[in-house]
Amino acid sequence: MSLPSAIFFSKFNSFFDNSYEFSYNVTPLTMRKVKLLWNRIPDQLKRLLIPVILVIGLFIAMRHLFVPSDFGKYGHYRASAVEEVASKEIKYSGHRVCEECHDDIVEIKKNSYHRNVACEVCHGPAAAHTQDPEGNQLLAPTGRGYCPLCHEYLPSRPTGFPQIVSESHNPMRACISCHDPHDPKPPTVPKECEACHADIARAKALSHHVYLSCTQCHETPPEHKVRPREFRPKKPNNREFCGTCHSKDAPSPKEIPRVDMATHGERYMCWQCHYPHLPEVH
Amino acid sequence: MDKIDFKIKRREFFGKFFFVAVSVLFPGALKGKKDEKGHFVRNTLREVSWGMGIEIDKCIGCGRCADACKKENDVPPYPFFFRTWVERYIILEGGEVIVDSPNGGVNGFKPRAEERKIIKSFFVPKLCNHCDKPPCVQVCPVGATFKTNDGVILVDSKYCIGCRYCIQACPYGARFLHPETRTAEKCTFCYHRIVKGLVPVCVEVCPTQARIFGDTKGRASPLVRFMRMNKIRVLKPYLNTEPKVFYADLDMEVK
Ligand code: HEC
Ligand code: HEC
Ligand code: HEC
Ligand code: HEC
Ligand code: HEC
Ligand code: HEC
Ligand code: HEC
Ligand code: HEC
Repeated sequence: MSLPSAIFFSKFNSFFDNSYEFSYNVTPLTMRKVKLLWNRIPDQLKRLLIPVILVIGLFIAMRHLFVPSDFGKYGHYRASAVEEVASKEIKYSGHRVCEECHDDIVEIKKNSYHRNVACEVCHGPAAAHTQDPEGNQLLAPTGRGYCPLCHEYLPSRPTGFPQIVSESHNPMRACISCHDPHDPKPPTVPKECEACHADIARAKALSHHVYLSCTQCHETPPEHKVRPREFRPKKPNNREFCGTCHSKDAPSPKEIPRVDMATHGERYMCWQCHYPHLPEVH
Repeated sequence: MDKIDFKIKRREFFGKFFFVAVSVLFPGALKGKKDEKGHFVRNTLREVSWGMGIEIDKCIGCGRCADACKKENDVPPYPFFFRTWVERYIILEGGEVIVDSPNGGVNGFKPRAEERKIIKSFFVPKLCNHCDKPPCVQVCPVGATFKTNDGVILVDSKYCIGCRYCIQACPYGARFLHPETRTAEKCTFCYHRIVKGLVPVCVEVCPTQARIFGDTKGRASPLVRFMRMNKIRVLKPYLNTEPKVFYADLDMEVK
């Protein structure tokens, strides 16, 4: 037997030894024992007991008063808080609702470039309007300031997103006088690649490749300008392409810098080191 | 004499018996399936855990999400309080990184004149990450911020005492103190919308579908597909907060 358990059992035994007395004279004996114990507690400790009991009592009372009854039903929080958050009023009713009354516009927009632009992006929160259309009229952004939120040229925007420079793009006239906001199309097919690839065109304009036209490197089907994602231009796909101007024996103008195609840049594609629209050598 | 009323029904007894037997025999089979109270959740119960995917290469920085969020959720119009906002990253030649977010993107972005050449630039929408292990919930002294059983972190504004511990604890800066109610505020994934089957308003108004919302544990859904098809990164993974906002095409510079 290990030491702790031996102590335990010896205590246990002494308990049974006393049990005889115990059963006969329960109240007086225990009372006497408790009294004896009580007297042995130092006075200052007894006095300390009062505030301790008070604090515990206060804690229980406060807990009862301040902790809501549904606290802890699902976890360490008030269960009804979930309902409170969930019952908040909806202000944007969602794109499906408009269909009920404006099916003509929904129909037009469905296949347009703006098909993913929700009605409420431009017209604002419309839940109140769907309940009472006359009483809650929506506004339409008709000015030139609005569309550039999405369409102004910014270098941070992803390549290929249709962008314009509003200062120079048909200034002084409302955007919606040429583009239907629900079915925006360029009224004419753009002639220049720059209309949609402004960032690339800008980069190229500053580079040594400024006099190369886009189509010298990208064979472009004419449909690309109408449905750009379905008809993709070609992109150079081998080193020899750049070599047509830059290899030692290329029949190109003399001022073009030459490299030894066999050793220069090893097995990498040229544009893994030189951005083709802004080729840098350092 | 009446029948003895057993505290535990026979069926329940067997159920619990098997549960214990299985957990003793195959402890791995049940591991990790606990609800907030630490009770085991049966494997058959389909859990919902809402999350969001963000495709950086699609974000055009129009800021309509930040704008609509303020309107939908009555976020104070006074600047610099946002539940969701858009940051613009500009990486200059030489490697210097400029991050700006004028009024959270609510009014869109204006072109910036940089002296040096821009190597690359992009937008990063941000919001509460609804972490699976939320540090903000851990520090709340009163239990006023919590994770619902569908995985959304909410604030109980009636119970919040405004001590700001959670605001300090959030590594993503997603919380603020509401200037009028003086309670903590943050994105709720538009909880009032999702319980009614709508998507959060920022997802609703995103014109390029750069934001995708759904159940991370669902079967076929745009979010599940997004997570499978893209190389996903979360913000500050080393903190082990297990965020549930998943980014695709995120640059190394984004912190
Ligand atoms: C219950 C039918 C109903 C629904 C649903 C509805 N509308 Fe309307 N809407 C109307 C009516 C009727 C008018 C004409 C109100 C008027 O001229 O006073 C109108 C007018 C408008 C206008 C034009 C305001 C103007 O100045 O001419 C816009 C914009 C509009 N709705 C947008 C929306 C959008 C966005 C939705 C979806 C969120 C929507 N509506 C849903 C009935 C509806
Ligand atoms: C890109 C922003 C944009 C989107 C998206 C948009 N609208 Fe409009 N809408 C406008 C503008 C701008 C006008 C004003 C046109 C004008 O005055 O000629 C307008 C006008 C309207 C009008 C009133 C005039 C009319 O043409 O009958 C209605 C109704 C309307 N929109 C409904 C809708 C609905 C429904 C949707 C969603 C299916 C929607 N809009 C999506 C920008 C938008
Ligand atoms: C919330 C953002 C948003 C706003 C506001 C917006 N657009 Fe668009 N616009 C888009 C998106 C997204 C496309 C589709 C781009 C694509 O197909 O890649 C688009 C496409 C277009 C196109 C077609 C571009 C092409 O490829 O030929 C035109 C033109 C256009 N928008 C004009 C407008 C006009 C005019 C307004 C103002 C009434 C406007 N947009 C407001 C997001 C917006
Ligand atoms: C006078 C008519 C006119 C006005 C006004 C006008 N545009 Fe255009 N827009 C065009 C034409 C034409 C094109 C075709 C491209 C080109 O030739 O520049 C075009 C092209 C665009 C494109 C690019 C299309 C693409 O495929 O990338 C966008 C985006 C666009 N416009 C938006 C706007 C916005 C925003 C405004 C208002 C600030 C506006 N436009 C005002 C005529 C107009
Ligand atoms: C109407 C707008 C528009 C015009 C005009 C336009 N493009 Fe594009 N272009 C796009 C869009 C949109 C994409 C797709 C971008 C994406 O998917 O990220 C694209 C993609 C491309 C690509 C990449 C294809 C790929 O597979 O990665 C090339 C190269 C390209 N365009 C070249 C040109 C050239 C050269 C011209 C002029 C002859 C031109 N584009 C004119 C809109 C346009
Ligand atoms: C010197 C040849 C050359 C010229 C000139 C050129 N490109 Fe490219 N372009 C390339 C190559 C090579 C790639 C492939 C780069 C890659 O795969 O990383 C490319 C890729 C692209 C892409 C795909 C997206 C990207 O940024 O990589 C687009 C869009 C594009 N070019 C548009 C244009 C447009 C618009 C012009 C005219 C303003 C143009 N290019 C002029 C060689 C050229
Ligand atoms: C049609 C001919 C042509 C093709 C094809 C061509 N280039 Fe060039 N390249 C030029 C010309 C012209 C210059 C400018 C020479 C000068 O500076 O006068 C140039 C310059 C350069 C430079 C030197 C820039 C510097 O700072 O000196 C590099 C690097 C370069 N090109 C890379 C490429 C790459 C990579 C490709 C393939 C994607 C390519 N080029 C395809 C014509 C071409
Ligand atoms: C591994 C990276 C790498 C690759 C791949 C590469 N280059 Fe270069 N290139 C450089 C560097 C570095 C320089 C500048 C130092 C030098 O002159 O070697 C340079 C310089 C040049 C120059 C300017 C030479 C001069 O005399 O000014 C041209 C032209 C050029 N490269 C074209 C190409 C072409 C064409 C290819 C594809 C066949 C290519 N490069 C592939 C790294 C590369």
